Amino acid sequence: MSVIHPTNGIMYGMVIDLDKCTGCGACSVACMTENNIYVLKDESDKTRSITWMRLYQVENGKAFPETESVIIPRPCMQCGQPACVPVCPATATTKDEIGGIVSQITVRCIGCRYCVAACPYHARTFNWFDPWPLYKNHVEQMAGALNPDVPPRMRGVVEKCSFCHHRLMAAKARVYTETEVKNPREKYHMSEIQAVPEEYYQTACAEACPAEAITFGDLNNPGHRVHQLLKERKADAFRLLEKLGTEPRVYYLSSRRWVRKQADNYLNSPEKTVG
Amino acid sequence: MNLDAKLIPDGVQRTSTLNFGLTLLPWLGLLGFGLIGALLCFGLGLNQTAMNDYFAFGLWIVFDLAVIALGAGAFFTGFLLYIIGRKELKSIINLAVIIGFICYSAAVVMLLIDIGQPLRGWFIFWHANVHSMLTEVSFCITVYLMVLIIEYIPIILENRKLNQVREFHFFAHNLHEVMFIFAAVGTFLSFFHQGSLGGMFGVMFARPFAARPMFFIWPTTFALFIMSAIAAGPCFTLLIATLLEKIGRKKLVRAEAKQTLANIAGKLLAVYIFFKIIDTIAWIYGPAQNAGLALGDFYRDGPYGQWLLFLELGLMGILPAILLNIPAARRNTLWLTLACLLTTSGIVLNRFVMVVVTLAIPVLPFEQFIGYLPSWQEWAISLAVIGYGGLIISLSYRYLPVFPDEKALNA
Repeated sequence: MSVIHPTNGIMYGMVIDLDKCTGCGACSVACMTENNIYVLKDESDKTRSITWMRLYQVENGKAFPETESVIIPRPCMQCGQPACVPVCPATATTKDEIGGIVSQITVRCIGCRYCVAACPYHARTFNWFDPWPLYKNHVEQMAGALNPDVPPRMRGVVEKCSFCHHRLMAAKARVYTETEVKNPREKYHMSEIQAVPEEYYQTACAEACPAEAITFGDLNNPGHRVHQLLKERKADAFRLLEKLGTEPRVYYLSSRRWVRKQADNYLNSPEKTVG
Repeated sequence: MNLDAKLIPDGVQRTSTLNFGLTLLPWLGLLGFGLIGALLCFGLGLNQTAMNDYFAFGLWIVFDLAVIALGAGAFFTGFLLYIIGRKELKSIINLAVIIGFICYSAAVVMLLIDIGQPLRGWFIFWHANVHSMLTEVSFCITVYLMVLIIEYIPIILENRKLNQVREFHFFAHNLHEVMFIFAAVGTFLSFFHQGSLGGMFGVMFARPFAARPMFFIWPTTFALFIMSAIAAGPCFTLLIATLLEKIGRKKLVRAEAKQTLANIAGKLLAVYIFFKIIDTIAWIYGPAQNAGLALGDFYRDGPYGQWLLFLELGLMGILPAILLNIPAARRNTLWLTLACLLTTSGIVLNRFVMVVVTLAIPVLPFEQFIGYLPSWQEWAISLAVIGYGGLIISLSYRYLPVFPDEKALNA
């Protein structure tokens, strides 16, 4: 840790290569385990299921020989201009000044669901059910199955993907212990503002992806893979609903034009297909 | 003479105690039904509703927005009477205040049931986010509800029996003397929360159906909601007054008071509809087009079809605006009632569209269209508002001098 980056410019983001994604769902499963997301009694009701990393299967709408499909994994976009943050009446969701992660303070959330209504990506889900009976079962049957780093949520609050923020905390702590500075105050200050190395902080979904379709890191750091990927494959990169001005921090890569077209609405465009 | 008869205002005719008790039963039934729904929601959580992550808001928010708009008659009548000085409105102000009180108190209770963690409701005040329209709404309706209680207290204290207590008599009298201050405060607060309720939807820039052009921090819906509320509020007050007159088979409100309200509501409605049409066009060629969507993309078949737009702006907008602005039509009870009914329905429809249709339309191109039908628990709590209103109005009508001109009009 010789080079210390000022963290003002840190912008955590994700690049998902849709050409590589096989739709196996490992990212989603890893996310649920990592973040103590509970399973509904009836998971067939997808309108109430809690999924931070959701997979959309989209087809090109053409008949057999030309039929193609793509899987679009959708975490929280951690928008640069989040629609959800300014609307929260109780300041239960904020955008981190360092790193730009959109946080959800579930113990402060009153459950008004205004943020759920404001988010166009359906990245926010509400706890319609009481997860407690399930946790009780966990304790009895699968003692210690819950991840101690992530607080479980209660009924009646909104939750969302946090880019595994607890892992960022752990990475910062690691940097702190590894940094050799004489003045302890200076040391603390540095660990707070300095960038963490790419390998110290990876989200659960990025780690779990067997196809290595998900890359995570600091979009502004030329040393990070996400930054390089976006540069290398500029022509293939797109974001969801860019026209709305939310400035998502999750980029997708696809070499197929029709897939890139799925990302946004195009007025009176004949190519627009709904899958 | 029993106690019940002693409580009835002097010189007016009221039904027998038994009859009155029987008329309360349906209202109490609705309230009880709502109570069951509320207990289920508090006890088991919001899975008792039919809402989901697509329909984060549902019937309750539609009802909230609707009753708050219809309750606007209280502040606007107060404004016209105490600030502008339209003295003829004394004939209807008490009813307007009571309706306002019912609407706002019901809205606050419904909001409390609607949030997932009711015990944390006060976090809005403690951790207030000043950028949120909902924070502004919460602050304003809480304070305005207090104003409405202050306005309601003197009416209660004027009950024949209560007014015999010297202290009550003078307290009520003194409150009346300073009522213009509360009318002014109420007007100020109402302008802001009615606007912020509209603003809540206009600021959702990532929801193209609701997003509206901004004027500094205010979207156009801010102004439209104020205008529609002050047009629909007096109409609703007139409707309830007419309903009470029909049920009681007597005159309760002076014709001048009704005409003043109808006249002003008609002019405001015309202005509102004019701006609403401009706003709709500005929205189609502004935020909607920028989001890559055309008008046809927003309205689907069936209950979410384009007919909603024409019904709201035409039949329930332009038509009553014309009716209310023709003096001859306004003076005819039937036409007046029809116009008021259309106006209030139009505003309720507008609130429904802003809430439900906004959420129904998928924004992601590959997202599904999902329908929503409220559960019986949601209906129970919403209908309880009607039961609650019926109960408060019944009790007030029987025991309080709500209509100061009733005696003179039926002499």
